[in-house]
Amino acid sequence: MQPVIEVQGLSKHFGTFQAVNDISFTVLKGDVYGFLGQNGAGKSTTLRMLLSLITPTSGTINIVGQSLSENRTGALRQMGAVIEKPDVYKYLSAYDNLRLFARLSGIKPTQQQLMQQLEMVGLAERAKDVVKTFSQGMKQRLGIAIALIHEPSIVILDEPTNGLDPQGIADIRNLILRLSREMHKTVVVSSHLLSEIEQVATRVLIIDKGKKLVEGDATTLFDPAQAIVELTCDNPNAALNVLQQSQWPQYLQPQRQSHIVLKMHRNQIPALNAFLVQSNIAVYSLQPKHSLEDYFLQVTSGAQHVATYQY
Amino acid sequence: MWQLTSIELYKIFRRPRTYISFAAITALIGAVQLGLKVDGQSYVDFMIGSISSLEIEGNILNGYLICYIILQMLLVQVPLLVTLISADMISGEANMGTLRLVLTKPFSRTQWLLSKFFAASIYTLLLLTWMACMALFGSMLIFGTDDMMLLKSSYIVILDDTDVFWRYVGAFGFAAVSMVAVAALGFLLSIFSENSIGPIVTTMSIIVFLTVLSTMNIPFYNYIRPYLFVTHMNNWKEFFDVQVNAENQSLTGTIQNSSRIINSIIVLLLHIVAFVGAAVVIFKKKDITT
Repeated sequence: MQPVIEVQGLSKHFGTFQAVNDISFTVLKGDVYGFLGQNGAGKSTTLRMLLSLITPTSGTINIVGQSLSENRTGALRQMGAVIEKPDVYKYLSAYDNLRLFARLSGIKPTQQQLMQQLEMVGLAERAKDVVKTFSQGMKQRLGIAIALIHEPSIVILDEPTNGLDPQGIADIRNLILRLSREMHKTVVVSSHLLSEIEQVATRVLIIDKGKKLVEGDATTLFDPAQAIVELTCDNPNAALNVLQQSQWPQYLQPQRQSHIVLKMHRNQIPALNAFLVQSNIAVYSLQPKHSLEDYFLQVTSGAQHVATYQY
Repeated sequence: MWQLTSIELYKIFRRPRTYISFAAITALIGAVQLGLKVDGQSYVDFMIGSISSLEIEGNILNGYLICYIILQMLLVQVPLLVTLISADMISGEANMGTLRLVLTKPFSRTQWLLSKFFAASIYTLLLLTWMACMALFGSMLIFGTDDMMLLKSSYIVILDDTDVFWRYVGAFGFAAVSMVAVAALGFLLSIFSENSIGPIVTTMSIIVFLTVLSTMNIPFYNYIRPYLFVTHMNNWKEFFDVQVNAENQSLTGTIQNSSRIINSIIVLLLHIVAFVGAAVVIFKKKDITT
């Protein structure tokens, strides 16, 4: 795969505070690149440096083979971004905002093209409404439409699900997948919500306190064999007995409150469910917990967080 | 560049606050014109009351004099109206959060900043044009035209009515340069703030402070006075001082001290370049953390 973003030795100091410390990474064409870190880890600062909103103290950034410092405009033409909140001109309509940002990007799309873009993010029916009447989720989707209006090959989304309700989060997740799978964009998405990254990312970079901790394929990092599964049922004691007298006891973990906890491969969950139902246990839920969460807390904060699932 | 400037103008004129300035000028000028229309003779009597030997024929309180009175009064307030927009140009974007979205678009920061300044300047010129239409043409319509009589501190200037209009064109042109200098100062200060109130108040405070310095008759301040842009802002009045012949008659088409006007324009232009140049240099290096 061809690298589209190459970052080498990137650092940023704000006075004596070191926000980003010697980070290097590469984003490949077609990646959904998850950028993970706790609040204040340096994610937004790094993304802002990619977009030349912040000047690095040291290091180099190449966007599709072009040096950002030498050809800023050319590099920005390759990228569309929503950084943190998608703030647009509240006194203008969604349509007028989109048209204005299209012109700022140096293009003059037709009315039909603008409406198609709004259609893609589900805002066509509200095109003529002023943005101050929009919900946070609608503003976020409009921000993404604005980011895409000049047809960039790379889309950068910084904490795109912040402040959204569950439906809004699902909408954004589906939009990211669509950008990648149907529109063949390279997507860089940052978040501190591990579950969000886990569901969309193909590759992941984890940073903490401005330093790179790990970079790799999501499939490798999110090892499905390490899934923690929580079982909720009508009679936990009966379920525990049944499980201990079957082929499942090696997966059992210390019980938490009324939940039975198992550590197993995700693929085994349907078989476990079938077994419990055959054993006359009424299963309310079998919920896989995020293995990435374990991994993330291990690499970012040390062993005290790993205890989350060690009862 | 024009593309970016037109976008900025579009944004300025889609905001309701933009029209406050136009409404304020309309209301102020209308109030002055109404007052002078209703009771203008009292004003004239007060103005020439100390000159007992003067015999006057014709319409003293004509449109030209009314416009002069209005300009004297309003050119103190107009900087505030100009600053309301210019000091909001960058800080307003930072405050709304649009700055970071705008600056991810593919154009140079210098181009964008200059286009914003040009848009603020065009707004300023439109405001002055509106003021000219209201104060000059409106007064000419309401009060008619005649020779213009101006009382200076130790003499009287009488301008033939055919010799006045071009002076107003010059005076409004000069005022435009003055107001663009004010806009440039507000614009420079707006890049340091993430809300509009700070740069607006700071700009007006600087203008008030420098105006006080420029009017204080203290020898120490006499050295710096020629270099303060506010010292030169009132020199539009020079357009209404004429040269006279040996019989003390006004020479039509002349200006008493044209070099002072040119000098003032140069000082104001230098300030504009300095303010905008500093804004560009600082903004290019500015980290956008809002």
